[in-house]
Amino acid sequence: MDVSLDLLMNAMISGLLLGGFYAAVSIGLLGMAVYQVYYVAFERRDDQSLRGLSFFFGLLFIAEVGLILVFGVDYRSVNARYIGPSLQLVLFDLPWRLLVPFLVSMAMAIGLQIFLSRSFLGRAIQAVAQDQLALQLMAANPTRIKRIAFGLSIATAALAGACLIIIQPVEPSIGREYIGRVFAICVLGGLGSFPGMMIAAMTLGIVESLTSTFFGPSWAPAVAFGVLLVTLAVRPSGILGR
Amino acid sequence: MTALLHVEGLGKRFGGFVALDGIELEVQGGERLGLIGPNGSGKSTLVNCICGTLQNETGSVRFADQALDGLSAHERTRRGLARSFQLPRPFASLSLAENLRIPILYAVNARGTGAIAGPAINARCRDLLGEVGLAEKADRLPRDLTQIEMRKLELARAMAAQPKLLIADEAMAGLLHAEVDEIIALLIRLNGQGVTVIMIEHIMRAVMEFSQRLAVLVAGKKIADGAPKDVVRDAEVVRAYLGE
Amino acid sequence: MRGTPFILILIAIAAVIFGLARWLDNSYAFFVGYVVVQYIVLGTAWNILGGYTGYVNFGITAFFAIGAYSSVVLHKLVPAMPLPAMIVVGGVMAGIVGIGTGYLTLRLRGVFFSIATLALAVVVQTLITNWDFVGGARGAYVLRPRVAPLIGGGYIDYLFLIMLGLCVAALATARAIERSALGFGFAAIRDDEAAAEASGVPTLRLKLIATGLSGGFMGMAGAPLPFYVTYLDPASGFSLNYAVNAIAMPLIGGTSSWLGPVVGAVLVGGLQEYLRVTISSAVNVLVAGVLMVVFVIIAPQGIVGLFKRKR
Repeated sequence: MDVSLDLLMNAMISGLLLGGFYAAVSIGLLGMAVYQVYYVAFERRDDQSLRGLSFFFGLLFIAEVGLILVFGVDYRSVNARYIGPSLQLVLFDLPWRLLVPFLVSMAMAIGLQIFLSRSFLGRAIQAVAQDQLALQLMAANPTRIKRIAFGLSIATAALAGACLIIIQPVEPSIGREYIGRVFAICVLGGLGSFPGMMIAAMTLGIVESLTSTFFGPSWAPAVAFGVLLVTLAVRPSGILGR
Repeated sequence: MTALLHVEGLGKRFGGFVALDGIELEVQGGERLGLIGPNGSGKSTLVNCICGTLQNETGSVRFADQALDGLSAHERTRRGLARSFQLPRPFASLSLAENLRIPILYAVNARGTGAIAGPAINARCRDLLGEVGLAEKADRLPRDLTQIEMRKLELARAMAAQPKLLIADEAMAGLLHAEVDEIIALLIRLNGQGVTVIMIEHIMRAVMEFSQRLAVLVAGKKIADGAPKDVVRDAEVVRAYLGE
Repeated sequence: MRGTPFILILIAIAAVIFGLARWLDNSYAFFVGYVVVQYIVLGTAWNILGGYTGYVNFGITAFFAIGAYSSVVLHKLVPAMPLPAMIVVGGVMAGIVGIGTGYLTLRLRGVFFSIATLALAVVVQTLITNWDFVGGARGAYVLRPRVAPLIGGGYIDYLFLIMLGLCVAALATARAIERSALGFGFAAIRDDEAAAEASGVPTLRLKLIATGLSGGFMGMAGAPLPFYVTYLDPASGFSLNYAVNAIAMPLIGGTSSWLGPVVGAVLVGGLQEYLRVTISSAVNVLVAGVLMVVFVIIAPQGIVGLFKRKR
């Protein structure tokens, strides 16, 4: 293996991370703004379910059509040196186009988990899910906490999206496929459980990959819903849920 | 005579936390029972287990000689168990009269006997609102009500289900002195009509005035049960309330 | 029956509209009319679950496409089958899927149901895409008869008439629900599910009735689609436009009564058609999304709510 490849890889990964980070930060800020609108218009009026959900659905649609207007409906891809080659190990190859997003995602997920469990802000985010009133009594503003959590979650999703284009070409409506996947992973793992989420994500990845290999890639999107239905029917609290 | 409500060895956990531990409770038909206990002692959990909002893990609940275990909340309401919620939970988009229409349509009319139909439903809703002094607001929405009116609506809705047993979960918290008297009078009048009432309350004055019998719950266990005057003098009860 | 005068009035209005379209004798009017009336049915169907019980269904395309593709299958198997029979089959299929999905997800919180329906749409699309019998990803052609049965004239006249009939059925059902015990039960669920249970309302059963009816009408609205477009592929059958319109129209018109989806569909559908002709088809699809977001923020009760006297 070329000696300089290592260096090149490092430079590119940090470049990628930086670019993704910039994108994620800006989208995170947008996410915080979105939450603010949501809070003023729905949460404060205590009208979260029907109109609040429709609001987000409307945003999804506007974003999708906006992307179609700008980029068209065709698949788009990016070029980078590391997208072609593979890391050759003794028994199998690891394609860099999968390895890079894997490492980035792992780093992000673990970093997020450390943030959520160790820092005051992170713990406040977990607390807001359990008892808003108690949090308020401890002089933390639930709205501010939720605004940060919302921004953070949008930023994480954006970074994941930035990784996706390395794995495969994307088109504006591709996000819809991931709604089912993400939901299946969260429910399967048990909401709010980090280890559960990890196990569920890995399981779904493996099952989908096997499905693609043996039945064809067009069947892969159905796997998530199958997993979801089985989970809801057998154990609605998820594998590591309460 | 067998008891109207018969709770036996009732237990409920939330994760590792034992909320209720082997609760035994009997309530006779026509009785007025007060249920007291410090915050977090399991009173609301007990109500929820009796009414089917939560399912108990051990023990059993029998009501009017029928086992209730495994039945959902609406089936228990249909069998004659009604409750009011600690924080009033009116149907916000329905008028007061329509709020009372729901239990008439779904609890009373589901019993097979004594069904109310057509214009009689509306008349009955207005009668009930009249009983709690809300007749003039029958066509208003719950958001126009004051605190005490909200509590009255909550009780009226429970009464609309024509229950054999009514559980009033802290129906007076936060009310003024005179308002508390109003609610007590309302509940005693209801009891006079033959409805068994369990009152869960923090306001001791109200409990003492209302109850024929008093049960005390502390940390998920029943520590006392008897005549109100004896119970409040009980050493264990005093310790639980005032500390060592 | 109590609702009879209402149904007669609806039928009279539908007859007048149909007569007017016939008198104009313009196939463009039929095509536009079909789309708007189809959205009234879709919006009303969505509103039975979303507006009345408060459970938001995002998977409209799943139910709509189940109806459309069951017609494709029936047309291939029994070419002579009359369209109304296909509509019944499509409606029953979609209704069953609705009840099944509801049974698995309605015991969870409302948000779970919403996301599950969105996932359902993806899965049904995957299944159809992989099903060669209905053309798979390539799509299927459906040859429609040149002349309409019974009434003569172009086949589009017949499709429009069928859709008008479906619309009358959907609106009559929605209004009947509003005035019945079922409607009060739905409203109780929407306002407070625990309080509804405590008042004797069998919440799960009522929610299943709502999902079944709602899904069924969506399927029925989709059943004539293959004959309308004559070429149906998954990308168009599952287009997000249907979902957004079906949600946006009741929300814009007002979710509290049967009239809301009608007002929303006529206004938004008309506006979209106007924009499609005058500006571009890309902009017209944005309209529903943008209007929906604006309306849920500034006019949560919808247009009908604005005109209703405050109690």
